[in-house]
Amino acid sequence: MYVIVVGGGKVGYYLTKELIAAGHELVLLEKDRVRAKQIADEVGSIVLARDGCEGQHLAEAGANRAAIVAAVTGDDEDNLVVCQMAKHHFDVPRTIARVNNPRNEALFRHLGVDEIISPTRMALAAIEQDIPVHELLHLAQLEGGGLELLEAQIGDESPAIGRKPSDIELPDGCSMFALIRAEQAMAIKPETIFQMGDKVLAISRTDCEADLHRQLIGTASGD
Amino acid sequence: MRTIIVGCGRVGAGLAGRLAMAGDEVTVIDLRTDSFDKLPEGFGGNAVRGDGTDEDVLRRLGVDGADRFFALTEGDNRNILAAQLAAETFSVPTVVAKINDPVRASAYAALGIATVCRTSMMVDSLGGFVGLPTDSSSTRVQRPSGHHPGPHAMAGAPSRAAASTGTRSEDQH
Repeated sequence: MYVIVVGGGKVGYYLTKELIAAGHELVLLEKDRVRAKQIADEVGSIVLARDGCEGQHLAEAGANRAAIVAAVTGDDEDNLVVCQMAKHHFDVPRTIARVNNPRNEALFRHLGVDEIISPTRMALAAIEQDIPVHELLHLAQLEGGGLELLEAQIGDESPAIGRKPSDIELPDGCSMFALIRAEQAMAIKPETIFQMGDKVLAISRTDCEADLHRQLIGTASGD
Repeated sequence: MRTIIVGCGRVGAGLAGRLAMAGDEVTVIDLRTDSFDKLPEGFGGNAVRGDGTDEDVLRRLGVDGADRFFALTEGDNRNILAAQLAAETFSVPTVVAKINDPVRASAYAALGIATVCRTSMMVDSLGGFVGLPTDSSSTRVQRPSGHHPGPHAMAGAPSRAAASTGTRSEDQH
């Protein structure tokens, strides 16, 4: 399978090496001559010191017989143009773009890029897996640090869902006083029933945080 | 008329000045605030620092609902991205991109974006100055000759986009 890689930065460089190791036929386009030479010294004559955004250079690289064009430069706009030129002028069946701004993903898809690689999105997903999304949010310290203003978001594991304030056992040093639901602020009344997605505002003694966490968020540790 | 201009170089600043003078509500955006020094004395529009290829930035500027959008930075590809954001994401009716590479300029005109190419303009007028025949089309904004690049245009053969007729209006001045 013939592959054209555009962009000889870190991603393009390692991608090229992996593709060679896997036995693919490929060409790497890198517009910076010094960088292109550097990579060519290591991997051989498959590196062209050319700008992959230019139709003429894509033609020289044999884009009309490429099965895949992968645009992996550090600039979203360059990757978009490479893929659009590949698709329109050379009828390349599969185009792949690296996208740094996650907001560009939908537009690039709409404009016909077949595959979007988003390092930002991937890192975000990895981070969100590791860090519990539902945590007590420390909003402010009060009374010289003895009390804290906290926000707890009621998630799907919260034991508070469907319950009233009186059903929730909190130590003396804790007081829930307001909540935010659908971006509206409201006071917590005796008849309030907690729902998933509610953000509960509470004032708590610092040593009662773990209890608050257990009752409103649900998981064991409240550190 | 509400006009957004991305890139406050000589062309962007000059156009911004003229449109503001003509009564347009003009917003010009550039990555560098010192670019705004090029705006004419008493410029009556808005000048905002920011990245005109960033969807969030454009939304904050009110590109949604603008009448005209000009992408006039020094980078062809930045202009191409900004113009396609304006046309596709924000449905601005008149979008023009400055694309100085003639090959890319005609490629994107075929994809439905009005383009203006300084290279073709200058080559043509210099050639004309010394008596070569001139091509008047190069001195204007190039009319889009194809539909703008939605998913269907992208999926089809290149000839299909080239054969269809333009759907977007553009300025001819």
